[in-house]
Amino acid sequence: MKLTEAKKKKGLSPFDIAVYIVLGLLSLITFFPFYNVLIISIAKFEVISQHNLYLLPLSFDLTAYKVILSDGKFWSSAINTVIVTVAGVLFSMAISVTGAYALSKKGMPGRNGMLTLILFTMFFNGGLIPFYLIIKDLGLVNNILVMIIPAGLNTFYLIIMKNYFGTLPESLEESAKLDGANDLYILFKIILPISAPFIATFGLFYAVERWNEWWYALIFISDSAKTPLQIYLRETLITSNQLLNTLAQQAADSDSSKVYTPALQMATIVISSVPILMVYPFLQKHFAKGILVGSIKG
Amino acid sequence: MQSGEKVRTSRNLWKTMLQHKYFYLMVLPVLIWYALFAYGPMYGVTLAFKTFDYSGGIWGSPWIGFEHFQKLWSDADFHTAFKNTIIISLMKLLINFPMPIILAILINEFSRKTAKRFFQTVLTFPHFISWVVLAGIITIILSRDGVVNQVLMVFGFDPISPLTDSDSFRPLLYFTHMWREVGWDSIIYLAALAGINPELYEAAEMDGANRFKRLLHIAWPGMKSTVAILLILHVGQMLTQGASFVQIFNLYSSPVYGVADVVDTYIYRTSFQVGGDFGYMTAVGLIKSVISLVLLVVANTIVKRMGEEGLY
Repeated sequence: MKLTEAKKKKGLSPFDIAVYIVLGLLSLITFFPFYNVLIISIAKFEVISQHNLYLLPLSFDLTAYKVILSDGKFWSSAINTVIVTVAGVLFSMAISVTGAYALSKKGMPGRNGMLTLILFTMFFNGGLIPFYLIIKDLGLVNNILVMIIPAGLNTFYLIIMKNYFGTLPESLEESAKLDGANDLYILFKIILPISAPFIATFGLFYAVERWNEWWYALIFISDSAKTPLQIYLRETLITSNQLLNTLAQQAADSDSSKVYTPALQMATIVISSVPILMVYPFLQKHFAKGILVGSIKG
Repeated sequence: MQSGEKVRTSRNLWKTMLQHKYFYLMVLPVLIWYALFAYGPMYGVTLAFKTFDYSGGIWGSPWIGFEHFQKLWSDADFHTAFKNTIIISLMKLLINFPMPIILAILINEFSRKTAKRFFQTVLTFPHFISWVVLAGIITIILSRDGVVNQVLMVFGFDPISPLTDSDSFRPLLYFTHMWREVGWDSIIYLAALAGINPELYEAAEMDGANRFKRLLHIAWPGMKSTVAILLILHVGQMLTQGASFVQIFNLYSSPVYGVADVVDTYIYRTSFQVGGDFGYMTAVGLIKSVISLVLLVVANTIVKRMGEEGLY
């Protein structure tokens, strides 16, 4: 112990400095694209067009944000995404928590069989077409529920949660059982309150997944009134210049000011990432612990 | 005598099951979910041996045997997609599997908590941003007047366009995958390293072991069972997650189809944009699923032979 402390005081060795530089560069490369998004989203058209290289936030202009926030399609997509996120987290957590808790009970006959069937799905699936046909038969095509129910269970999270519940001491439940409480009551009144931070972390994981939901919408939703924010983002960012041009034109008509189209795209990214930025500190605080507790094998 | 015992054990089983009745109730929704959305489609792979007609669906379409699989042999687009899937997922495994391990070791070299925290916070962030958004960012910063080309031109280089260039598109996939996942993937190794008893490190330091010796004799043994399990998982899922639909679909365009079209994008495009036969497309998907399963079994066997605990 003393030795390590003495060494710490000695300061940085060349090796330490090398590691710092490597990690520093890696962080810079990772972070830079997001920084670039931010400065361009607030750049003035006149200023940015004068520069060959625009690396510093030399101008401040919120026109791009105003344009996006006054677009009806943005709002309808955002509302769909909020509905999917809220309903999706409730659905996912309801079935994952109860399922994981039950599967953590080693004495339950049939448990191993169930776990094997569940794990097997991580490595083998029927493929896109059979999946599509099943969803179609269930009436979930062009139905917002497709982003909530079929998308709503993550096997990896389920297993980690099961492992976590398995680590809780049985004595917690025994005294309540002696008082005649049933297992559902025990889960909701005893287990959940003490597991709150852990459970909340997985709630946030599901929330981020639902917020970022795109694949289910691409495959199953063609009715544009039901598409989520990620589809809108894809249209603004990648596929459709038409949407962008319309937006830029609207802005030009109303303010008679020119809008830099990349600024519109970047502003869409920033606005749609705000919720993730807000939950990120909480996620960051808990995910390491969450995964530590529920190591992969249990 | 024996039948009497059987009666007793089955009665016991029934009793145990009854004691667990609430747990069965709790696990029921999960089981229904897997039945519908995982095992339903698995039954649906029978379509690979049928010729699909809309009125019949999965159940009612007529059987045709191995006809679709014979057709696969001569389908040039499938060959390209299959080859690309193997190359991309293999390269991603080679590059993106060791990187998080190295990163975790580098981050763990810091005894300073704040530095550790800082690097983790920055490097994990892109994992939470969707591929749609990341692909949008990549497209814009790599565009003709994007920041990458601005920098290149200021220094007198020619502008580049890796998104539409067949030679650089795949490396772009590996690199952007690393951008999104390396920090996130390193967390599990950091957790394993954090689980190592610090006294071991101190004892080694007392004995005069240098950094590399400590790495070799303490850190590596402490994390290698985690590495083994994750290797099996990664190999088993490499064709699905390595050649990821969401990443590739959001980045590719027709100039790079030749190097970037993978089985999943091929199935999607042919089924939903071109209108290909569903039975045939199921056969294409089935080939991929079967190979994935074989890869998993092989990886598990190799890892077990090497004396590590496998996945099963």
